[in-house]
Amino acid sequence: MRAGFPAAWLAECARVVAAERERLTALDAAIGDADHGANLDRGFAEVRRALAAAPEADALVTAGTTLIRKVGGASGPLYGSLLRAMGAALGAQASPAEFAAAFTTGVEAVARLGRSAEGDKTMLDALWPAARALTDATGPQAPSGLPAPPGLSGSLEFPEISRLSAAEVFGRAATAARAGAAATVPMLARKGRASYLGERSVGHEDPGAASSALLVGALETVADEWGGG
Amino acid sequence: MVGIVLVAHSAGLAEEAAALARGIAGARVPVAAAGGADDGGLGTSYDRIEAAVRAVDQGDGVVLIPDLGSSVLTARLLEEPGRVVLADAPFVEGAVAAAVTAGSGAPIGQVLDAAAEARTFRKL
Repeated sequence: MRAGFPAAWLAECARVVAAERERLTALDAAIGDADHGANLDRGFAEVRRALAAAPEADALVTAGTTLIRKVGGASGPLYGSLLRAMGAALGAQASPAEFAAAFTTGVEAVARLGRSAEGDKTMLDALWPAARALTDATGPQAPSGLPAPPGLSGSLEFPEISRLSAAEVFGRAATAARAGAAATVPMLARKGRASYLGERSVGHEDPGAASSALLVGALETVADEWGGG
Repeated sequence: MVGIVLVAHSAGLAEEAAALARGIAGARVPVAAAGGADDGGLGTSYDRIEAAVRAVDQGDGVVLIPDLGSSVLTARLLEEPGRVVLADAPFVEGAVAAAVTAGSGAPIGQVLDAAAEARTFRKL
């Protein structure tokens, strides 16, 4: 991973959140308080400013802290915790597998803070499938899902893996996140503002899952910035 | 004395609940309000909660009482086990129970328990 990759990803997150702001707000108007698009857009605009002001700082930690401080809704502490935990876990020059592990650490922080699990109709319904896709695409198993051949332990570099480009790895994660977000439509919300609606939350895509799919999709968009290794 | 911070989506709700708790428990009990977003609208402000914690911290610990949703999530980010803790309690009843118990000089564990027990208070 190039040193500038996290900042490039965050810049793309800010761009795509601004571009999709109205769609996120419309989703939130159906089962929430219609502020998700505006809150997230304002938060990522602040992230852009914070990163420009402190280019030497850890981009993910800076972005996470900014979202926690600047977003007045639940998405601030949740995405803020994701980025802060991810930044703390991600070393410089991380391998794809290390990036997947750091992303997973971030998703675990979201689950812990929200005391929530997959199937509750939240952002985790997009984030967990993305974390699994990243792990599967960068791990010791063959990309086809076949087990590694005998004699190769999980810690060894599996040559098949190196053929997966960053674009392919992040593409799989983005596809998994979008499918996860779409799968929230028939779910009954058990966490968050929509949970007050009970059965009436069924039939709508969760706005948090939708924005999570955008953030994971941004990884694919900036895959060219990953660099070698 | 244990400090109490009331975290609500609305600045008015937090202020008035704090005034009520102080009115019942006594003005010397350190109760602070942290309501609303930074821009004054509905929401949660990490900075306001952090400032409120500092304002009521007398060294005996601080109990945070959130209303719901992002108040809970943001308040949890300020938790320091044993020192700054969250009460799982109804907002008004929990605030009054915590403030009265804090005013008696009780340690943080008892203040937290009093807030949580407010959940079981029957009104009729």
